[in-house]
Amino acid sequence: MLSAPLIVLLQPRGLAWAGATAAGLASFAIAIALAMAVLDGQTQVYAMGGWAAPYGIALEVDAFSALVLLLVTGAGAAALLAARVSVDRQIEPERQPLFYAAWLLGLAGLAGIVVSADAFNIFVFMEISSLASYILIAGGPDRRALPAVFKYLIMGTIGATFYLIGVGLIYMMTGTLNLADMQARIGDVVALNPILVAAGFITIGLALKAAVFPLHVWLPNAYTHAPHMVTVFLAACATKVALYVLIRFDSMVFQDRLSDHEFQFTLFALPLAVLGILVASSVAMFEGHLKRLLATSSVAQIGYILLGASFVSEAGITASAMHMFNHALAKGGLFLAVACLAFHFRDLRLSELGGAARRMPLTCAALVVCGLSLIGVPGTAGFISKWLLITAALESGLWGWSLVAVILVSSLMAVVYIWRIVEALYFQQASAEGDTSFAEAPLQLLLVTWAVALLNIFFGLFPHLPLALANGSAALLVGGAP
Amino acid sequence: MKLLELLGYYNYWVFAVVLTVGLYAVIRKRNLIKKLIGLSIFQSAVFLLYITMDKVEGGTAPIIQKGVPDQVFSNPLPQVLILTAIVVGVSTLALGLAMVVRIKESYGTIEEHEILGAD
Repeated sequence: MLSAPLIVLLQPRGLAWAGATAAGLASFAIAIALAMAVLDGQTQVYAMGGWAAPYGIALEVDAFSALVLLLVTGAGAAALLAARVSVDRQIEPERQPLFYAAWLLGLAGLAGIVVSADAFNIFVFMEISSLASYILIAGGPDRRALPAVFKYLIMGTIGATFYLIGVGLIYMMTGTLNLADMQARIGDVVALNPILVAAGFITIGLALKAAVFPLHVWLPNAYTHAPHMVTVFLAACATKVALYVLIRFDSMVFQDRLSDHEFQFTLFALPLAVLGILVASSVAMFEGHLKRLLATSSVAQIGYILLGASFVSEAGITASAMHMFNHALAKGGLFLAVACLAFHFRDLRLSELGGAARRMPLTCAALVVCGLSLIGVPGTAGFISKWLLITAALESGLWGWSLVAVILVSSLMAVVYIWRIVEALYFQQASAEGDTSFAEAPLQLLLVTWAVALLNIFFGLFPHLPLALANGSAALLVGGAP
Repeated sequence: MKLLELLGYYNYWVFAVVLTVGLYAVIRKRNLIKKLIGLSIFQSAVFLLYITMDKVEGGTAPIIQKGVPDQVFSNPLPQVLILTAIVVGVSTLALGLAMVVRIKESYGTIEEHEILGAD
């Protein structure tokens, strides 16, 4: 699964795309197979190089990683399937094979983070995927992408280095890098101060990578100016994977081991999550550029995921994991639709999108479906996770009601900003040039967009598969693990 | 006594100071190249942390030789880890510099505030 990037150095661009897509689909198939195996019960472990777990580097897939792995490979495969036509327009032919190679490296890095059970290995994969995504974002024709990437590179590297410091401190005290082994040994440590410091470093570092609210400044620009397909891929999974590591690290290694850690984690994560949700949603309400609007709303959605995790309860983690999955579906679909729109609208500011619904009815309809899912209208995937989140908030006791209020208010804000998009697409007068002919996006792109949009509805009506995995991961992280 | 104890950890003090210097440069400097230099210093501090923690007093290289009695040796694992991290750091720096070159090509400047003003 992690090999294959080099194949894509093949020269002809058609071949490069085909190779990349085949690799993407193959990894998606493997992810499905792994998820099925995990659903049947057991954790899959692969010891690399034949060294047993505490010493060698182990790859491990349990319910939580299976869910995120499905998401990452699914988003990668779907975006690749749709990518060709859009990439053809944005990247020069001779650079395309390199572009796809970077893409596959990014995919491999993200998948590697998810399956790895070794703290240092996670760092290495994190850097692989980050370096690849810097290249992908900077690959487009938009020169504003360059300063955005530079900022992302600086902040991403600081985040990764903080994580590295934390891992180093833990290694110093426990002498192990394997996550499960760490969990077992950290109880024996007498001097807890270094562990506390490590917890701080790791949390901040990963929060930087995940674009948790006050550390999110790199995200909107990077997503806005990236090539459209790259935005689809990264928005669907990059930050989620960092959050995944955060949740996993925290609940496996630190919780139950440090006194009051649950309380501290809640105290740290909860305000940030709430602030992130409210501030980012209100910024999104006034944003004039379609892509930047959606990117800002991503920051708010990350707030939801963090909010679920900050309850440190089984229901909370379930809600978090579900929201990761559903948000990836909704946001991936939205950005796919944006990529369709970009075929005929050079300028993606809302004020320029008048009359789009008449010219591209199918695209706009798909966009509306995904938008509804983002708001959390019953019958779509977004509803399920918001419902779970509200249930978890109520369970969390005293503050429950006010948190429910926050979720409801921000959902209303989502209604507002999605409505602004709808208004622009459907009701705004077309701009003066007057080209109102029927002009849909290319079929390949449109099909994938609609497939994702329909999946939003499908998982809203039949949420069993992700729900089973999410429940499993919550039981594993909070309840079941000794 | 207390002071001596603190000074005994001087290698960790070096780590902390170098780390802070690097971070300061990243945040404060406007020039993109200088930012990258700061980032590099910042990462080097972490390398120092790893290298200093594996040193065992009086330890040598962990090589088993015939006829030589077992000796105290330093922990080789952090060195291996940091070797990987150094490679990662170098590639990040290279990519960062490549970005700076492209920024220079398309904006004609590498001062942060001038770039922000340009768009």
